[in-house]
Amino acid sequence: MKYSYYPGCTLKTKAKELSDYAVAAAKVLGVELEEIKDWQCCGGVYSTSKDEIASKLSSVRALAQARDEGHDLMTLCSACHNVIKRVNEDMRGDENFRTKANNYMAPDMEYHGEANVVHYLEMLRDVVGFDEIKKKVVNPLTGRKIGAYYGCLLLRPGKVMEFDDPENPQILEDFIRAIGATPVLFEQRNECCGGYMTLNDKELAQKRSTAVVDSAVRNEADCLITACPLCRYNLEVNSETKLPVIYFTELLAEALGIKEVK
Amino acid sequence: MSLNTKIDTETIERISGVNTRKCMKCGKCSATCPAFHEMDFHPHQFVAMVEKGDIEPLMKSKSIWNCLTCFACVQRCPRDVEPAKLVEAIRQAVIRQAGENHLKAEQIPEMLDSELPQQAIVSAFRKYKK
Repeated sequence: MKYSYYPGCTLKTKAKELSDYAVAAAKVLGVELEEIKDWQCCGGVYSTSKDEIASKLSSVRALAQARDEGHDLMTLCSACHNVIKRVNEDMRGDENFRTKANNYMAPDMEYHGEANVVHYLEMLRDVVGFDEIKKKVVNPLTGRKIGAYYGCLLLRPGKVMEFDDPENPQILEDFIRAIGATPVLFEQRNECCGGYMTLNDKELAQKRSTAVVDSAVRNEADCLITACPLCRYNLEVNSETKLPVIYFTELLAEALGIKEVK
Repeated sequence: MSLNTKIDTETIERISGVNTRKCMKCGKCSATCPAFHEMDFHPHQFVAMVEKGDIEPLMKSKSIWNCLTCFACVQRCPRDVEPAKLVEAIRQAVIRQAGENHLKAEQIPEMLDSELPQQAIVSAFRKYKK
């Protein structure tokens, strides 16, 4: 199985390990991620404004390239996934947006939302399967109590993202079980970490991230996992309560016994 | 240049795609908002005030900068009014005007620390700057 892979800005720099472990683990699972050429930053947040066109074109370019290569487009960062999947939905269902985007870009072949956007976790669940992952685990993380932090962007809005039950998701808990660890449920697992507010109102970001980590600590998690570099930053740096925060791909690589060869 | 606040309900509804008249005033949007205490006008007030055309106070509010874009109110609105889309449209109506950027590139260096991901900067620019 091969995907056109969109890493995004932060996975090439501050969150390099999120991507490197993902690519290495995918190989073990028989999945190839081929990075799309000359991808551009998704912008980090999707604007819900109907007349906001230009800021969404980088997503359309990535989507059209995946279509041209004949693959689904794979994302890993929660923010990229949210932006690109929602832009794809606009290209499918919003005629005004689709026409304007195609007119702007004047591509050889117009893009109409043909590509599918697949998050790495969806690939693990729907293509590889958690039972299959379990069989490939050589180093089960037995005894580790892990809190799955979903945040906002993978889940909401549920009717577009169709990732999991937006209020009671279980994909990350199933993932945690597959790698031999124990999932810990906590109330704040799908509430906001503070996001970009760290640059506008640091206190609000601290309040939000502390609420999330406190909730995980109360439920006796040893660590948190996330798919989002900004969530990780807020939960590690802005939270006043401290708990290790790890990318889920790092634990996958550890369980598959390939952590050192990333 | 000063902020032009002569923006009507129709314009905000067109930009946002929101129909404020669908609201049944249950208040769930404000109840679920994680930035509620940092807002001077709350999500349910955005819906009511846009419907009435009382948009100027919203354009000058702190709320348009403190919305986290977490989509909690969008997800949980039982009538699909989706108030965050109004907050976004009003913020756009402000930053699209000359001289109304809320965050400037020159401010960034002093905000940086060694761990801050690029994602934070691009996201903040998307929200606060044209």
